[in-house]
Amino acid sequence: MAETKDLVTWRALNAAMHDIMTEFPESFTLGEDITTWGTGGGTYGVTRGLKKTFGAERVLDTPISEEVLLAAVSAAATRGVRPILEIMYSDFSFLGFDGIINQAAKARYMFGGQFDTPLVIRTNGGSGIGKAAQHSQSLETLFAHIPGLEVVVPGTPGDAYGLLRTAAKSDNPTIFLEHKNMYYDKGPVDFQPVPFGQARIAREGQHATIVATQQILNYSLAAAEELAAEGIEVEIIDPRTLYPFDMDAVYASVGKTRHLVVGHEAVRDYGWGAEFVAQTVEAAWDKLDAAPVRVGGARTPIPYAQTLEAAVIPSKDDIIAAVKKTLA
Amino acid sequence: MAQYTAAEQGLAGLELMAKIREFERRMPLLSDEGLIRGSTHPSLGMEAIAVGVSLALTDEDAIASTHRGHAHTLAKGADFGRTMAEILGRADGYCGGKGGSMHIGVKEIGVLGTNGIVGAGIGIATGAALASKIKGDKAVAVSYFGDGASNQGVLAEAFNLAAIWKLPVIFVLENNHYAQSSAVEEMVAQPDLSKRGEAYGVPSFNGDGMNLQEVFELATAAVERARAGEGPTLLVLETYRYLGHMAGDTEIYRTKDEVEQAKENDPIEKLLAQLIEQGVITAEQWEARRNELFAEVEEAEQFARNSPFPEAAEAFTDVYAKGA
Ligand SMILES: Cc1ncc(C[n+]2csc(CCOP(=O)(O)OP(=O)(O)O)c2C)c(N)n1
Repeated sequence: MAETKDLVTWRALNAAMHDIMTEFPESFTLGEDITTWGTGGGTYGVTRGLKKTFGAERVLDTPISEEVLLAAVSAAATRGVRPILEIMYSDFSFLGFDGIINQAAKARYMFGGQFDTPLVIRTNGGSGIGKAAQHSQSLETLFAHIPGLEVVVPGTPGDAYGLLRTAAKSDNPTIFLEHKNMYYDKGPVDFQPVPFGQARIAREGQHATIVATQQILNYSLAAAEELAAEGIEVEIIDPRTLYPFDMDAVYASVGKTRHLVVGHEAVRDYGWGAEFVAQTVEAAWDKLDAAPVRVGGARTPIPYAQTLEAAVIPSKDDIIAAVKKTLA
Repeated sequence: MAQYTAAEQGLAGLELMAKIREFERRMPLLSDEGLIRGSTHPSLGMEAIAVGVSLALTDEDAIASTHRGHAHTLAKGADFGRTMAEILGRADGYCGGKGGSMHIGVKEIGVLGTNGIVGAGIGIATGAALASKIKGDKAVAVSYFGDGASNQGVLAEAFNLAAIWKLPVIFVLENNHYAQSSAVEEMVAQPDLSKRGEAYGVPSFNGDGMNLQEVFELATAAVERARAGEGPTLLVLETYRYLGHMAGDTEIYRTKDEVEQAKENDPIEKLLAQLIEQGVITAEQWEARRNELFAEVEEAEQFARNSPFPEAAEAFTDVYAKGA
């Protein structure tokens, strides 16, 4: 068993990238400004040192050309290499949706299973630092909706490391969504792959279950402390991957707590939280004592000013209110 | 924006460039103070393009700008105080604080927005020009974009469309030699970017983006062509950005020497020297005038600083048209 170290998220991801490129000689990484920006590691440092270790043939700075990059990596993946493409902000992936959605996601299916598409698209989502409407969206639901894609939303440095290792090994196109406000979150990393489709219990409790990811997971943990002071013990589940997803973990928890709150930063309406609620209601209606409650982003683009941004993203207090509502 | 007439041309341009530079010079300072969120991209060194092009336009004409769009917006005639207020996320900003540096739109003077998506403005300006054609008015549209943006796919589609429909659009490529940290010569194999326009039947010209007069003349000719129904033009203008891509840029991708050398070709200093030589202004007169201009920028900054933050409830307005 490897040792465990406390690392910030970007360093955990950087370690994963080094380990992946060592493990798979057919892997390579590419993206805009991934070796000549900042301290030489892309916008958030994740690719630091890779070019020095693995050379310019496997670590490529690209032009600003999301449309062709997403199409090209999709095709490259079917030809026996393992591309790991960094899209600087997930918002920019819209320029290349054809490559992701019509090509990568469907290549295996359309051609009767002939092709593997071992592609990882690393990018970041989320709000919190004033990046405004075109650099702050939480797009995980959009990707999770598309058959053929795997969608990963790491909530801790340890999971960031372990899930990226699994994403690189996967023969499916994987959307790996980092959170731009969590690159400096610190936590233990044990340098082991984390399997997809296995939720993590982030906190145990018996009165209500909260399912939440990334920034809202952090807010939920803070909310849990306050609720505990009032005698309400919540159980918190981090799904880690939104596709595949682990409903059994939710059913098991709800079987214990009989109450469900789902929280995410993506727009609440039509969001993935609705899916978790619907599946729970359909499959485990008898385990619920009250209607589940969803917490999510407002149906607005993300505004710039701090007063406005804070108003559209769920807060710790929104989560506390949601727990109290389902318990009422 | 006042027309750039022969009598006033140099001086009006010089004043606007100096004022914009002073505005932009303050960006890193405001950023260090924590007053600017997210990222903001100043354009010191690139003023002659924004000003030279704007002097060839009227309020009816439209521009589609970039992430580095303060100069384009101000040169088109935006109020310095309200622009600054938007960058600081204040209620008196042009967008009430919703947009910030990368999303400033000013409808009444045809600023269709600075833009957070590199290359997006190329398609937007093409669309604005299409509207002019459909309406049969004389408005032209300008797309400013960088050498980096020239590698976006939308460029191919926009050039072709504008050329076949003879749309009144001017594509202004600001070649400042870097896209974030990527050097243009590593990102394009054909260094003459004007060839990209030619390939699509768009008349294309190379020019010195550090020379106000040259930019103005190229832009004026392109505007005339557009208004006459002769279609799009590509202007590839050589320039340089003095500061980093944004606050916090470590600039490991270029040397200090290179930056210092570029500054020797400064558009403001060069024009000033010319105007002094021509007897249009003396060094003393300019110093006094410059101080007045700086005071106006200071006033704009104070206006922005004193503007309140927007009320949280404003976060939920404007998402849909009223009544929808
Ligand atoms: C679609 C898209 N891809 C990437 C980015 C990140 N980004 C912002 S500015 C920039 C560089 C743009 O370079 P250029 O077009 O040359 O303009 P300059 O910054 O030099 O003015 C990049 C890569 C973005 N905002 N949008």
